[in-house]
Amino acid sequence: MVTADSSTTKRIEREDMVMFINACFACTGQKEFYSDAHGQGVSIDFLHEYILGNYRRLYARCLAAGINHFNKGHVITNLLATGQLTPKAQREEEGALIFAALRELPTQRAYRVLESLRDRKINNRRARAVARRFLSERNDLAFEALKYRNKLRAATTHAHLALPGELGKFLFRGWQRQRFETPLFEKFRQAHYAKEAIYELPYTIAEGFAAKHEIPRDEFLARIEARMTIEEKLRLQQTAKRETTTLDLDLGRVGLTRLAIYLLALPVSERAKSRAVIEAAFQQASLRALRRAPRRLGRVAAILDRSFSSSGSSEKRRRPLAVAWATSQLLRAASEEYRAFWTPRLDDELQVVAQGQSDLATPLLEALAWGADLILIVSDGYENDPPHGAAEVARVFKNRLDPDRKTSIVHLNPVFDAEHYAPRSIGSAIPTVGLRDAEDLLTMLGFARFADGSAPLSELEDYLAERVKRMLRPRSQGAPQRDPSEADEAVEAANR
Amino acid sequence: MTAHAPLLEAAELRGLELAPSQVWGGIRIVPLLRREIREDLRLAKRSYDEDLMVVSLDGELIAPGVKYLSYVPHGLVVSWSADGTAAAAYGTQFESRDGKRFGKGPCTVRVAHRMARREDKNRLRFLPLHLAMEGFLALHFGGPEVAWSEYSRRATTTGLDPRTEQSVPGWWIHGLEDALRVFEIHERQVGVLLFVAEALASAFVVPHPDDYRALHRTLLEDFYGTLLFHYGLHATASRMEATIDERNVSSLADLRRELGKMRAEWGTFHAEMATGLFGKKLRSERIYRAGPFQLQRFATDLNPSEENHIGEAMVRETGELEYLKTFRLSAAQTRRAFLLSQLASQNWNLDATAVLLRQSKDELVRRLEKAGFGYLLKEHVLQAARRRH
Repeated sequence: MVTADSSTTKRIEREDMVMFINACFACTGQKEFYSDAHGQGVSIDFLHEYILGNYRRLYARCLAAGINHFNKGHVITNLLATGQLTPKAQREEEGALIFAALRELPTQRAYRVLESLRDRKINNRRARAVARRFLSERNDLAFEALKYRNKLRAATTHAHLALPGELGKFLFRGWQRQRFETPLFEKFRQAHYAKEAIYELPYTIAEGFAAKHEIPRDEFLARIEARMTIEEKLRLQQTAKRETTTLDLDLGRVGLTRLAIYLLALPVSERAKSRAVIEAAFQQASLRALRRAPRRLGRVAAILDRSFSSSGSSEKRRRPLAVAWATSQLLRAASEEYRAFWTPRLDDELQVVAQGQSDLATPLLEALAWGADLILIVSDGYENDPPHGAAEVARVFKNRLDPDRKTSIVHLNPVFDAEHYAPRSIGSAIPTVGLRDAEDLLTMLGFARFADGSAPLSELEDYLAERVKRMLRPRSQGAPQRDPSEADEAVEAANR
Repeated sequence: MTAHAPLLEAAELRGLELAPSQVWGGIRIVPLLRREIREDLRLAKRSYDEDLMVVSLDGELIAPGVKYLSYVPHGLVVSWSADGTAAAAYGTQFESRDGKRFGKGPCTVRVAHRMARREDKNRLRFLPLHLAMEGFLALHFGGPEVAWSEYSRRATTTGLDPRTEQSVPGWWIHGLEDALRVFEIHERQVGVLLFVAEALASAFVVPHPDDYRALHRTLLEDFYGTLLFHYGLHATASRMEATIDERNVSSLADLRRELGKMRAEWGTFHAEMATGLFGKKLRSERIYRAGPFQLQRFATDLNPSEENHIGEAMVRETGELEYLKTFRLSAAQTRRAFLLSQLASQNWNLDATAVLLRQSKDELVRRLEKAGFGYLLKEHVLQAARRRH
């Protein structure tokens, strides 16, 4: 029997969960344009504690909802810290989720989670088991021992683990004592004395030795190039230019949002010079992001906010703008017909800079006049020319001009608003979803139907259960795969 | 000979549009957009890093005479061309001729020549707001013109000297720094109306959008009335929303029209919020004639029961407002100016002024003392007035 009470509880539970997942899409605890890092940290920590305390099962299932790495790490540590509160029936699923999520995290993030277990003094049987299993399944532990030396040491001592081979000696007995059989460890030992040996080490480790041996920067960069990751090469492009050397980089292999961030850091004149390369790189990156989701969206319009506030903060430089640009590129590849409406107006996307006021209403009207099926607004939600303009346009349009809901409008927000515990919304007529990377766009669109409050709690639970099942499905070796059904969800959301 | 720009009789935002405001905490900033952007008048900032500036208002740089003393963080340099061609923004260039710098160690002083000083054929340096403030302080600065027996010896020989007023720097106003940081400058924006707790604190207009972008942060260095500091402490964010009436909408074109109406409503609303300055009668004084432009300073009518502003402006011959900067006077400041103007209008005769103000002479004496002008009157006059109270 459903009483009024239970339906209220369910509504509250749904609202809480949607708010939390939305926050976990966007928030990284870093400084934003409109709020400081401390406020963001306090706000997201509170949300985590609140959801963990009230809805433990759903809290764990959020690990499968596509939340960002920062929040995944938080959820894992929080779950491990309070293991004794897990009801018996949920233990197995929770444990499996924790481990699957930890394995999916980027290496440095996963090690940081393990290290944070020590910092937070979390030491129980499950935490130790997770660390043990995690380390036993690593492919190249020697490499990681070198690159994340302190973190690995912290994790092993904290969880009382025995390490195979020379790892124990390397981490705990001091590297000077003996020669190593493992080539990487031996090179590390030699690098303390010989300049040549450092070029066999990963870049971040070699950098310290280069300073020790006083190797000129340009010489070092030129010779270490082969050992650099793509991200490192991308990060050091400007340094290389300053040192009059070059680091060969295939822009096409860089991730979509990363690429946008990198390009935004270049002056507009420089971007214009390599127009063809940039366009090709975006094309490749978008196709890679869509590789497993080839189905196309219909007639899509994007309203992209490039107002001054999209310049982000000192900790997230131009991130909101980069997300907008990357989203635009992804949509161009993913939809049958696509049009971008930048605000303030912009003719050449390559020249985008964060400047000017936020007028979302005018481009929204233009997009509606163009007759889009799906309108996506990528903005931080601060609208000021006029305030509530887009909110009012969307409300009146829905009520008066589109009663059958042929056009759907979704707001994607790359910024978490600490005061309201959610990405800031434009108005009640437009559902808001957080977005950290443009690559996750389709997942977020699948989630959008919960954000506008029309779907009941049971549907949200089913949605999470389905994603959990997909995440825990036994998989073949290799990188986690994006599922084709995500695209279906997005298309479904578009038609809703 | 071209026609000269007129003296301002009333402050008007001619050639400018008001855009919807941006609110942050208790601060509301209304962007002002220029309809037609021209290049023939440019304004730029020149920073001074001295702790004190002494401005020599008359005569030689280092010589006895009337001086104006204040902390001056920056001056403005205006360059113009008389024939409509583009002028260059000069301010940041090093200018060794701009006065003299004294002092070593922790305290430094710059002595400068006059409030507004020509530096080249088409270039003028002036000290923003200080120009207006100096005009305000100089009101009836000479003191009593007739040596009525009530006035002290000091009043009859040196007048009001030294005349002082207080103000606070922008960074004292709670929330102003953040509000300016997060403010999104429009593309054609050349100025702002700045409201603290919904009271007009200052209006600031420059000729060119690029100049505004460069000068936006100087709003923090400028000085404001002490009143606004107190307002800022207690201000909270106000929620005002304009809506679209959906009954008027049956097509997208209607929606577009209604949105335009909503935008216009904001403009009208902001204009109404600023009626304490705009549309009021002004008393203006010409400071410098720069080709087709004219630098002038002004004050509202100094009626103590209303909001009063002083300021300076540059106007084009067509009456378009090219530069504007205003300062909101506090009630006490207005009162002082009002009393002085009433005294001056009656040739400094206390009896006649008391009759004019519809109060007794003793009351007027006490009023003067409270306003800070006790030093103008002889001690026994003050004592008698106090005794009879």
